[in-house]
Amino acid sequence: MKRLTSIPALQMMANIIREDIITSLQEAKSGHSAGPLGMADIFTALYFNVLEHNPRNPAWEGRDRMVLSNGHICPVLYATMANAGYFPKKELFTLRKFGSRLQGHPHRESLPGLETTSGPLGSGLAQAAGMASGLRLDGKKNVVFCACSDGEQDEGNHWEAVMFAAKNKLGNLIAITDRNYIQIDGNTEQIMPLDPLDEKYKAFNWDVKVINGNNMKEVLATLQQARARSSTATKPLMIIAKTTPGKGVDYMENDYRWHGAPPGTLKTERAPALDRQAAVALEEIHAHEVEERGNWYHSHFKFKPLHEMKKELKVKNVDKKTVGTGRKKR
Amino acid sequence: MKILKSTPLFRGVNTALHLDFSKDKVPTRNGYGDGLVELGTKNKNVVALCADLTESIRVEPFATKFPRRFFEMGVAEQNLVTVASGLAAVGKIPFASSYAAFCPGRCWEQIRTTICYNNQPVKIVGAHAGISVGPDGATHQALEDVALMRSLPNMIVVVPADYEQAKKATLAIADYKGPAYLRLTRSKTAQMTSARTPFRLGEAQVFKQGNDVAIIGAGPILQSCLEAAALLEREGIHARVINCHTIKPLDEKIILRAAKECKRVVTVEEHQITGGLGGAVAEFLGEHFPVPLRRIGVQDRFGESGEPNELMKVFKLDATAIVKACLDVVKIKK
Repeated sequence: MKRLTSIPALQMMANIIREDIITSLQEAKSGHSAGPLGMADIFTALYFNVLEHNPRNPAWEGRDRMVLSNGHICPVLYATMANAGYFPKKELFTLRKFGSRLQGHPHRESLPGLETTSGPLGSGLAQAAGMASGLRLDGKKNVVFCACSDGEQDEGNHWEAVMFAAKNKLGNLIAITDRNYIQIDGNTEQIMPLDPLDEKYKAFNWDVKVINGNNMKEVLATLQQARARSSTATKPLMIIAKTTPGKGVDYMENDYRWHGAPPGTLKTERAPALDRQAAVALEEIHAHEVEERGNWYHSHFKFKPLHEMKKELKVKNVDKKTVGTGRKKR
Repeated sequence: MKILKSTPLFRGVNTALHLDFSKDKVPTRNGYGDGLVELGTKNKNVVALCADLTESIRVEPFATKFPRRFFEMGVAEQNLVTVASGLAAVGKIPFASSYAAFCPGRCWEQIRTTICYNNQPVKIVGAHAGISVGPDGATHQALEDVALMRSLPNMIVVVPADYEQAKKATLAIADYKGPAYLRLTRSKTAQMTSARTPFRLGEAQVFKQGNDVAIIGAGPILQSCLEAAALLEREGIHARVINCHTIKPLDEKIILRAAKECKRVVTVEEHQITGGLGGAVAEFLGEHFPVPLRRIGVQDRFGESGEPNELMKVFKLDATAIVKACLDVVKIKK
């Protein structure tokens, strides 16, 4: 797929995704807010620049595998996939509702493009390691990415996978920890201390990189380098991305209580710093839209955020009748 | 097995199944090991994972022959099944083996989410099931594994009766396109089926004909079921013996027929009486054709150390106990 290359365009896309996360959560009236908002920059960089993938053919053999281990942040995955063209954007209105392909926690068989089912924590890295082993066994060059939370690293299964990946020298495995220091009951360092997390991975024979997960320039450069090194690497790589939970919504930022709660009736605004570059960025995104998509919903709505679409669509009660979910009947 | 070899007592044995009671005892885990090597040769997508019990579960021959396709996981059962799920996601057919007490015992949720809900064709192999594990004691005697696996959507549950059947079941579950659970045992047990005995997933087998009572068993304990049937023949009671090797999906047709024709049913398994074969048969017949039923199994308690035969007797899982249960239901008027 065609990539977004400029930092302003990626930043703009990340904020569109943030708005879509909030809108879909508002519509769902339940779900997690903080993690998805904090990870929007990383998911944008992955799906709009770094990953080898094809939204029109999600099962394409040559794709990189993107495993979401902490399934509860799926609003960011769904919003990113919708914006990347995996499914109609308006389907985001069905999040967590009956009959939706967008289950409250991701279910692989419900939505093409999901590599696995997740929600119960600590098992994603092991599955990613299994995929990396299998691909390597077949001599394939695909890279496996795995996004994990920090809180889920309380789970033993995660560290079992860390040992397995190091033992098997899985250089084709790149894990990203959303290091936002929050979990449901409070601060990670009070609930079950993880620091020094980077030292732990080094001791387990991983390569480690610590970055600011909300600095698009740093995120993009790190992910690009990580993917490039994977063909020759003999150690798996852990990118510890320090992120701000609830990023972009002032009253949510760094407040653990938003870990598992949906936004109320808040208005979202783009950060002023981005607006200065908005014109250039939007032009690039717009060009991307036109070239890459062409589905009616994209050509009609261009880059529009979901809440504006809602007004235009006059959506009241979104359900199976107004949104074709395409979910297979059982 | 002496009693089985004295054929006059053994009227009604189903000759179409080519049963053969003359061979030496072998554990079912050996059948799995041999089946796995055969599979590995046939299908390069078959991979095996084991959690530090490779020799014991007989995965060693596969590991030696196909080292690149073998993954030693260490003592980590949660990782065993989740890595297997990942391997299945990229086209492999993984066999994940450990003792049943640990897998599925310890990693049930991972099996539920990453294998069953994900619908990945991972084959979970739980060895050393039942109290016949013997001296290791209750911690290692899985008596709940069938219940754990039977309740999971997408999962099928297979409990082979002997060496040959374990081998055939290994090949059959590899062909099956979804998750499967294979239950194995430690002790050397009687061979009943032969290489010529057919095997199809979900199709129970009538080992012996009879219309007075139906004994439905699963696993090597079928030997005791046959012994009990032979003893009952002496009393003029003709028991039907059914090998219900696939507990899920249950062969409802053959069980319904047995209930209708025999009017009394006794289930036999080396498992808790809740949630296993007895549970499955009781649930099915309770809804469709209630008949007097006795469930032979472990009665809501843990196992303990001892010699396998000794334990089977103490836990009332031997032929004598089966005969008693049969006489008990036969007394009830048809």
